[in-house]
Amino acid sequence: MSGAIGGISDTLLYLSGVSVSFDGFRALNNLSLVLAPGEMRAVIGPNGAGKTTMMDVITGKTRPDAGDVIFRADTDLTRLDEPAIAALGIGRKFQKPTVFEPHTVHDNLLLALAGNRAPHHALFARETRAERARIDELLAIIRLAEHRYRRAGDLSHGQKQWLEIGMLLAQEPDLLLIDEPVAGMTDAETAETARLLREINRTKSVVVVEHDMDFVRALDVKVTVLHEGSVLSEGSIEHVSADPRVIEVYLGR
Amino acid sequence: MTRATVASFLVPVLIIGGAALLALGNAALPPTAALHVSVFVISLVGKYLCYAMLALALDLVWGYAGILSLGHAAFFALGGYAMGMYLMREIGTRGVYGNATLPDFMVFLNWTELPWYWYGFNHFAFAALMALVVPALLALVFGYLAFRSRVSGVYLSIITQALTFALLLAFFRNNMGFGGNNGLTDFKDIIGFDLHADATRNALLLATAIALAGAFLLARYVVASRLGKILIAVRDTESRTRFLGYRPESYKLFVFVLSAIIAGIGGALYVPQVGIINPGEFSPANSIEAVIWVAVGGRGTLVGAILGAILVNFGKTYFTSALPDVWLYALGFLFILTTLFLPHGLVRVFSRARPSALPEPSPAKEHPA
Ligand SMILES: Nc1ncnc2c1ncn2[C@@H]1O[C@H](COP(=O)(O)OP(=O)(O)OP(=O)(O)O)[C@@H](O)[C@H]1O
Ligand SMILES: [Mg+2]
Repeated sequence: MSGAIGGISDTLLYLSGVSVSFDGFRALNNLSLVLAPGEMRAVIGPNGAGKTTMMDVITGKTRPDAGDVIFRADTDLTRLDEPAIAALGIGRKFQKPTVFEPHTVHDNLLLALAGNRAPHHALFARETRAERARIDELLAIIRLAEHRYRRAGDLSHGQKQWLEIGMLLAQEPDLLLIDEPVAGMTDAETAETARLLREINRTKSVVVVEHDMDFVRALDVKVTVLHEGSVLSEGSIEHVSADPRVIEVYLGR
Repeated sequence: MTRATVASFLVPVLIIGGAALLALGNAALPPTAALHVSVFVISLVGKYLCYAMLALALDLVWGYAGILSLGHAAFFALGGYAMGMYLMREIGTRGVYGNATLPDFMVFLNWTELPWYWYGFNHFAFAALMALVVPALLALVFGYLAFRSRVSGVYLSIITQALTFALLLAFFRNNMGFGGNNGLTDFKDIIGFDLHADATRNALLLATAIALAGAFLLARYVVASRLGKILIAVRDTESRTRFLGYRPESYKLFVFVLSAIIAGIGGALYVPQVGIINPGEFSPANSIEAVIWVAVGGRGTLVGAILGAILVNFGKTYFTSALPDVWLYALGFLFILTTLFLPHGLVRVFSRARPSALPEPSPAKEHPA
């Protein structure tokens, strides 16, 4: 696999031969995937293909039974836990929007802002001007400025998705893993999200999982199709949509 | 000033002011006066306020960090034992056997030397320090192991219960050196003041009120801080906090240890006022009762915990003398009623505002996929 792109030295994320089993069921089966620095990749595939599990492996939630997961060519992610991986600069948005419901939109962003994560720091932390300014910026990006002091739990589904993307940006990661960002969004919101992700991709690398083919088309990036835990097809959206195997297992239904 | 700030100053004022009025009613009014407060009432209220500290401690971990400890009375009891050991040594030669160093029960067991872990307890300051340090250390070790292995939910509740049960059995044993079944009692005085004097009782009540008010303000600061917000985030969506780079276990450990210290202080103030500490204080039922106080008053509100502890114990005092057989049923019934009709507890009745800490009761929380 790695031969084609010239080794792992110029990769941001390098997965090779990754397998994960749950009680004998292979959720990931010898999966390999290579992401270049600055790249945005769309990952598609039928339900149960292993897309979320792949993100679980990258972020330290699930340990693979076999395979390598290497970040920036030198860090073995399989040895690290979630907070350590987050600290390296990998952020994640969950498939089901997961925000801190009792807190305001503002506080959700505040807690996500990059910074010292130690309890003794948090005990005495006061919101700084810089933090406030950064939250202002983020609120503008995710279009929730008027909702700043609303309880996150009271937001609409689409707004929660956006808030979670905002929290991801607040973390200032180098790599964003985004699981089904447009589920439950209107067409207009979906188009807006595609625009936002392309904007984000100007400075950051992104892996985005999505079922919505119009959205994937709008992203206009390389697509990886997963099926039964491994890569079925990879290439431009035109290439994979023309691939008979992809049509059979995914697009044809 | 926001309403929350007003409330956080009002509560300490009410607690200390109320206690001061009672003490004044005892000290300044002649026993014949209609408003005279008997020393019985003084001790009773003092006891309620100690329970309120336990409830406050429990609310910190349960209401804000989602740690439903069913063994919190263990920290209270350990604080109580530390103080009891001091009070025991303070008896000195006034014991039945007149032994200057050995407490009566040790003489009775034919011990000739004071066990090493009783050293230093003849000093009040040392004992007071131990009333914080011992519960804190236990919470630190226990919490470190439990949180690091990501034990949570029902399993965590069960092991906290097992912890207090293990301590109950241990303290029952005579050769542990803590007075076995009978515990520590027959105290005479505390830093030179006669424990049976009204003035001492009044002072103890006031000290308890001040300690409770201080603990409340401290807890209030913690939950309103950024750390408090992170705790709430951990309580509701622990895995999300991990992917943001937080280590939930260290946040839980912090609040668990702080909570154990508050409970320990409560226990240390309790013992001189009730005059005895025995292994019964470790009994699992005590910890469960504390959970009921918090639930009745309002979980995740701090004020509710204090209110719940005082009201439920007032009810207990009343019922156990008026209708002793009914109390346990009444308590169980009260718990069911509040769970069904007042999921946010009694404070919700007094303040219409949604306790900021609590999410609305929502359909079963899913874990992020
Ligand atoms: N913790 C787990 N325990 C057992 N089985 C699991 C676990 N996590 C995932 N699986 C299984 O692994 C398979 C892959 O799941 P995964 O969530 O990665 O699929 P997905 O591609 O994200 O699907 P979807 O499009 O529905 O989100 C599924 O069959 C799922 O049931
Ligand atoms: Mg998925």
